[in-house]
Order: sequence, then structure tokens, then C-alpha cells
Amino acid sequence: MSWRRFLRRAQWDRDRAEELRSYLEIETDENIARGMSAAEARRAAHRKLGNIVRIREEIYQMNTIGLVDSLGRATRYALRGMRRRPTFTLAVVLTLALGIGANTAIFAVVYGVVIKPLPYPEADRLVSLRHDAPGLDLTEAIGTSATMYLTYRDEGRVFEQIGLWTNGGQSVTGLGEPEQARTLWVTYGTLQALDVLPLIGRVFTQADDAPDAQGPEPVILSYGYWQRRFGGARSALGRRLTIDERPSEVVGVMRADFRFLNMQPQPDIILPQRLHRSGQVLSAGGFQCVARLKPGVTLADANADIRRMLPIWLSAWPPPTQISRQAIANWKIAPAVRSLKEDVVGNVVTMLWVLMGTIGLVLLIACANVANLMLVRSDGRRQEFAVRTALGAGRGQIVKELLVESVVLGVCGGALGVALAYVGLRLLVEMGPTNLPRLEEISLDPRVFAFAVVASLVSSLVFGSISALKHTATPAGPVSGARGASLSRERQRTRNALVVVQVALALVLLVSSGLMIRTFLALQNVDPGFVTPGNLQTARVWIPPAQIREVDRVTRMQHDILDRIASIPGVASASFASAIPLEGRINANPIFVEGRSYDPGKMPPLQRYKLVAPDYFKTLGARMIAGRDFTWRDIEQGGKVAVVSENVARDLWQEPAAAIGQRIREPGTNPPYVWREIIGVVQDVYEDGFYQQPPPTVYWPTMMERFFGGPGLFGNRAIALVIRSEQAGNESLLGEVRQAVWSINPSLPVFLVRTMKDLYDQSLGTTSFALVMLAIAGAMALSLGIIGIYGVIAYVVSHRAREIGIRLALGAEPAALKRMFVRHGLALSGIGAAAGLVAAVALTRLMSSLLFEISPLDPATYVVVLGILLTAAAVASYVPARRAAAVDPVQTLTME
Amino acid sequence: MPQGTLDMLVLRTLVLGPAHGHTIAHAIEHQSEDVLQIEHGSLYPALHRLEDRGWIASFWGTSENNRKAKYYRLTPIGRKQLASQTARWEQVVHAIGRILNPKTEKP
Repeated sequence: MSWRRFLRRAQWDRDRAEELRSYLEIETDENIARGMSAAEARRAAHRKLGNIVRIREEIYQMNTIGLVDSLGRATRYALRGMRRRPTFTLAVVLTLALGIGANTAIFAVVYGVVIKPLPYPEADRLVSLRHDAPGLDLTEAIGTSATMYLTYRDEGRVFEQIGLWTNGGQSVTGLGEPEQARTLWVTYGTLQALDVLPLIGRVFTQADDAPDAQGPEPVILSYGYWQRRFGGARSALGRRLTIDERPSEVVGVMRADFRFLNMQPQPDIILPQRLHRSGQVLSAGGFQCVARLKPGVTLADANADIRRMLPIWLSAWPPPTQISRQAIANWKIAPAVRSLKEDVVGNVVTMLWVLMGTIGLVLLIACANVANLMLVRSDGRRQEFAVRTALGAGRGQIVKELLVESVVLGVCGGALGVALAYVGLRLLVEMGPTNLPRLEEISLDPRVFAFAVVASLVSSLVFGSISALKHTATPAGPVSGARGASLSRERQRTRNALVVVQVALALVLLVSSGLMIRTFLALQNVDPGFVTPGNLQTARVWIPPAQIREVDRVTRMQHDILDRIASIPGVASASFASAIPLEGRINANPIFVEGRSYDPGKMPPLQRYKLVAPDYFKTLGARMIAGRDFTWRDIEQGGKVAVVSENVARDLWQEPAAAIGQRIREPGTNPPYVWREIIGVVQDVYEDGFYQQPPPTVYWPTMMERFFGGPGLFGNRAIALVIRSEQAGNESLLGEVRQAVWSINPSLPVFLVRTMKDLYDQSLGTTSFALVMLAIAGAMALSLGIIGIYGVIAYVVSHRAREIGIRLALGAEPAALKRMFVRHGLALSGIGAAAGLVAAVALTRLMSSLLFEISPLDPATYVVVLGILLTAAAVASYVPARRAAAVDPVQTLTME
Repeated sequence: MPQGTLDMLVLRTLVLGPAHGHTIAHAIEHQSEDVLQIEHGSLYPALHRLEDRGWIASFWGTSENNRKAKYYRLTPIGRKQLASQTARWEQVVHAIGRILNPKTEKP
């Protein structure tokens, strides 16, 4: 086989023709010379040479690449056939386009989020360093502390680079009105571990990190911020900024495509995180840690190295006051190194794979449907095949044509599918869940494209081979095809089987979307500890110490701001706290109860704590279960009071009411202790989203005496305002809130402005995304399944028209006939549903992490889904069955 | 006629010098003392095959009676092939002869 010959075969053929003609001429000449007449000589020459056409064909065959040639012919034939049957073609191509498009879109998401490496060189060597602390009774792994980092940096053997980072909003002033920029703090090593280079200027060096570094603080700008604030001018390098009233200098600008992990939103400004060695104590968590492993180092090696270093850490640093070294040893800190990608991608992986599987099932259903259509069509072409077989077409020839036709259909469907996927992805990225990591990295990448091609080809072969196999299985004798009445049982069985498969798969998908709907409903029923989140406006305000030093003045200013906001028309109530629910800001510490004795080597369990202003619970809509809320008077009197959540009260005193009057204290104080009296018990609040139990929480007043044993007053400078108003989210309200803040102090930035509903929706982002996608998949599966049932019953009815005619002529009741066909449809769906139930029981377990308070075997879901499916099946069979009953016996019997 | 046989006959004919299809056909018929009566047309696929393998090469020329004709000649590869095939052929003939007439082999 040679392409050169293949492509030149026409010219070769002309050459041969001439050669043969030359033979004839020479032979004729010789024959004439032997004394024959011209006509006789020519005839004899032809006889001698043989059949010229056959010779040329033989040579032509030698030159063709048989497969290519016949495939080309079959493709042209298939295209002709498709044009002739536009309805069939449209049905098949659309079904496939939906199936392949949906799969391509979801694969693009899975690829962009889960499979594709992070956008850093040799990203597989990047890890995130976290720790388990079984002794602390935490649900999640904790980060890395400064002392751990310093130990690892000095003693580690497996890290090429290691760095700490943490994020936080900081105010930038000095460029017009006070502005909040998103900042990222990194130690030396963080950007080096990621191996990213700046667009202009430089990244941090080890010298920038030194706690005693002189001069302005070096900062790096993001590309976006540089464009926004400096118009992309190179002169930005060296510019002085005032960040949190500290002088800073721009030393670099990151590239436009730089992304810092999955930080949401991405940082505007990167600052050096300086760690003073002196004064550091043993602690856990506090920072995130990223490292680049040396080549060839595995996660296990990294874990082992950290396990080796933890005892060094424990003995090298002093414990914090009041906590013994033994107590920290009892935290049982252990390494939990995982790949950085796992860290970035997080918990959406399961959801995405569930979706991928689901959508894959939809494609299978689509293939089954198309296979059915193809079977019906090839039945209609039996006569054509029979004639062609009689004329000498091999069975292989016809099978090949059927397969080629399938591939052509599949490719058309795939092409349209890719177009659909493109539109779908645009929509998805535009309105996709904000908590889907790496959303901006999702695109129709060449690999996604390859996936679409493979999906199209594989599905064409799936449905193509079903119809082709069926063709070879039944002998297509020249006579047998003429009459449809004796239609082979075998084909009908295949069609039935395909419908059973469709129904079974549809049931699985319906059950999974049903479970998601139930989950969503269950989530709606949760009392989250706040009401009508759409009417809750939140925003952050920070009063830097450089502006106002005295804590009591800070709190007074915050109080004034609240009063000002409360007087805005339409504001029902307003308050503030150190953190609002679902915001992800977590502070935790143990508490001690007066009158109980504590083992000095063992720490009481950690409790969340928040600093709140009066009316916080009322504004949020959290019910007081016992006692009362804070008042400003409590705060003025030194804040020796506390409110605890119901689960804290139940845990410590069994009864919420019994907690009232008890006295507790935070750690860090020395005798004589400052005890704070519990004055109220408030309902549990789902602080971490709905999939996590509400954490036990202690609420301290926003300003207190001697908090954590510190001298004098302690107050909270960084507050989250909560404002209840029907106007929440409206620009007019926001303007008034800003004005209220600025009328008290014009240099305070107001940032992270959002409604509670935004946070609420975001926390349910993964769930609602999964719900929507599964619902779409379920709806597609159901409609394809219905079409499948309808198709089969309609086909049976049309093929049994004669039989029906005879039955009617012999006096059969039309109603009984109708019942017969509906029974057929229901029987198929029943078998399918039974198989689907078994599959659903096995498969839905995979999605249990997406469910909320619903068992994957939730009986209600199964019953309702079965009901819907069987009803739909009954309707789908009833429509064609009615046509059967309406058959006119005389007409059908005389038709053939 | 087996394919290999016809190929060999063609090569043998061309040992004597370049020839066109008509000459080759008649030569084969003649050399075999008219035992091999072939349809001359069946020669052409064989010529095509041999040319494709590079055992013979072709050029357009003029025939003895002044007709345009395509001439074939042996290539060095073709010559080598002919040698090895002839040797094998003679072995086969020899072997068949021994089977059919064992006694003549051992005088």
C-alpha cells in the first residue's frame, strides 16, 4: 500500500490504457502481416489480449488503498442517504449533539479543574503542608505555624523551597480616597516554590523577609492592580505607597497570567511576611504552607521528614504561657502533606466525577436511542439490502456501510456537540459557582477537543455496531425482506433490550437528581441561625491602630457608626461582630469553667469564639434560648459577660437554662482570674455551611477588660457590620452606609461589601451546581427514555397493523388492544426500572458526600421516581396504542 | 499459472534485453514451446507488480513496426531476484523429480 501510488492512480491508469492500446496495434499489425483482414486482425488481437477493462481494474485495484477508497465511497453514500432522510438524520444528530455536547462540557470542567496541572512549572512537585492534631479534636487538618515553618526551613531535607502565606484585606491610602486592596502575605520561599517570575521588577529576596529590614516595606503588585492604579506604567516601580499607614515601595509587578493558588479574589498586592524569631512560641496552624519538593521526593518521604522534625520543633521553642509543653505534645500533631493541587481543588472532585459519570450515562442512553432508530431504519432498508445482496454486494460491504454511516452521523453529532459545549461552557464560566476552583482555567483545550472526537467515534461505534451486528445476524435473503409481517423476533428483542437499558439508566439519573432535590429541600428546612439572608447587608470596616490608638475610642467610634447606620431609613437594626457566619474567619480557643478542675497536661476542647456588639443576634435573627443579649452597659462595665451557643450549654450543663449565671474564662490569664458570667444562650448557628455541624461557639463582648490576660482593655478593630434592611444589596443603601462611616471618620475604608445571601448562595454553590446539572441530566434521560419507549411501541404497532386488522375484524375490543400495547410498554419499563433500581442502589452511594440528611437509599425519592417513570412510560405507550385501536381493518387488510 | 511462475518467466525474458509487453507475451508463449497458452492481458498486472517492486523499470519507446510502445528492462535488483528464484526453482524441480522418479537419482 502506498499513498504515492494511491494518489497517482488515475494517471497510472491512463498510462496502462495506452500501453494496452499499443499492444493491440502491434498485434493487429502482425496479424495483418500474416494475411488476415483488418477487421479480423483486430478481433484476433482483442481475443489474444483478453478483457481490457478487467486488466485495468486489476491494476487499478493494486494501486488503491482499498480501505480508503471504499470508505470514501461509503461516506459519500452515507451523506446521500442522510440528505434523503432529513428527519431521521436530524433526530440522530440532535440526540448525539446533546449527549456529546454535555459530556464535552463536563469533561472540559473536569479537565480544567481536576486533571490539568496547576499553572506552575513542574507543578507535581508542589505540596501543601498541613497537620493533623487528633489531640485537638478538630474536623479538618490545620495549617502550619511560624515556629513549625522556621524549624522545617532550617532542618528540612526534602524541600527545595518552602514558604508561608496568609491573606487578609489591608487598607491602601495615599492614592486618592481610602481604598481596600486584597493582600497576600508571603515569606521568602513561597513565590520561589511556585517558581513564578515577575513581569517587571523582582520578587522578594531573603533580605526582604528579615524582621529588622530597614527602609520602606517592599511590595509586589498584581498585573490587574498595576493596570488599574498605575495605568500599566513602568514608572510604578519604586513608587511609594502607604499600606496600613506603613511606608511601602513597589518593587515588582506579577505577570497577567499569574494566579496565586485558588485565592478568591486574587490578591492585588503581595507583601512580605516577616517573622520575628524572638517571641515565637509553640503553636499550631495560623499560616498556610507551600513547598516544592526536591526531584524524586514522594509525599511519603515528605511526611516522614516532617515526622522527624516535629520532636525537634517541640523541644526547640518555648510553649505559650499557661500551656505546658506536655499539653502541646498531647495535641499529637502529625504531618498531613498533600499535593498542592488537591489543596486547591478541594472537595469538588467527588461532585465533578459524579457529574461526569451521570453525563456519561446520558450519552449511553442517547446511543441506545440512536441504535434503536438505526435498527428501525435498517429494517426499512431490508429490501434495498436484499436487492444489493442479490446483485453481488457482500455482507461485509453492507456492514461497512452501516458502520460508516454511523460514524458520519456520530461526527456530525460531535461537531454540533462541540458547538453546544462551547456555548455551555461560556454560560458556565459566566454564571458558574464562584466556589468552583480554577474556573478561569476551563476552556475548550485541544485535549477536550480530542475527548469530543473520541466520544463521537466511540458512541458511533456503539450504536453502529448494534445495528450492523443485527444486520449480519439475520440472513438477508433476497425474498425474506419483502414483507414486514414476519419481522424477526430477534431484532425486536434487541430493540426491547435497548429500551430496557434506557429506562434503567434513566432511573439511575432520576434517582440521583431526586436525591439532590431532596437534599436541597432539606437544606431549606435547616434553621441556619439567621433569617432572610437577602435582607442582611454586611461590610467590613477596620480602624488601624496608627489612626486611633486607644481601644475605648475605637469601640466608641464603632458605636457611633452603628448609631448613624441605624438611623438610615429602612434599616431595622444594625450591629457588628468579629466575623459573620459562612465567612470562613475562624478563631478558636479552649474555655475554662469556674469550679471545675483541669488536668494541666490536657487542654479542654477548643471552642469557637466571636466578639460581638449588642443586637448582633437580633439583627441576624438568631433566637435567644435563655437569658439575654449583651448591652452597651455590659461593655462599658468591662465586659465581664458572655453568651454561649446552645450546644456549648448542653455540652457543659445539659440544659441551656442551667448555663445562665455560670462563669467561664478564656486561657492566658493568671490568677486572680477574670471570670465572665454567662448571661445568655443563643441558638446554634451554621457557621461553616450546612454540611458541617454548627460549631460550639462562645460570644464575648466586643470590648473587654484583660482579655487573654492582657493588660487593660481589649477591643476589636476589624469588624463586620450586619445591617438588616429590605434595601440590602441596593447601591443606595450602600452609599448611605459608606456616608455614615465616613461622616464619623473619612479615612476608613468600607470593604467586602456583600449580603448574607451572597455568602449563603456561595456556601451552597457546589450543591446547587450539582443539583442543576443532575436535574438537566435527569430531564434529558427521562425524555430520551420516553422517546425510546414511544418509538418501540409505535414501531411494533405499525408492523403489526395486519395482525391488528385481523384481530379487529374478528371482533377484538379496541380497548383490549390498547391495553395490550400499553402492557408491552409497561413491561419493558418495569424490567428496566427493576434493573435501574439495582444499579441506583449501587451507584448513588458514590454521591453520598453531596447529600444532606438524606440517605442514598431514601425511599421517598425511589417511590416518586418510579411513579414518574412508569407514568411517563404508560403515556408514551398509550399514544401509539391508541393508534393501533384506531386501525381500520378493511384498509389494512387490503393494503398489501 | 501461479503468480511467481509468471514473474520469473517475465524476468527471464528480459535478461536478453529490454522488450515491450507484446514481445514479452509472445516470447513467453514461444519459449515454453506454446505449452503455456496465456491470455496476453494477464501479463500486464504482472508487469505492473514487478515494476512496483523495482525489479523492472519501464520507458516509452518505438516498436519495430514504428508504434509507440512501453519497454521494460531488468533492474539490478530484478537480476538478483531472478538468480535466486531460478536457483530455488531448480531445487523444486529437482526435488519433484526425485519424488516422481527416485531410482534415476542413485545410479
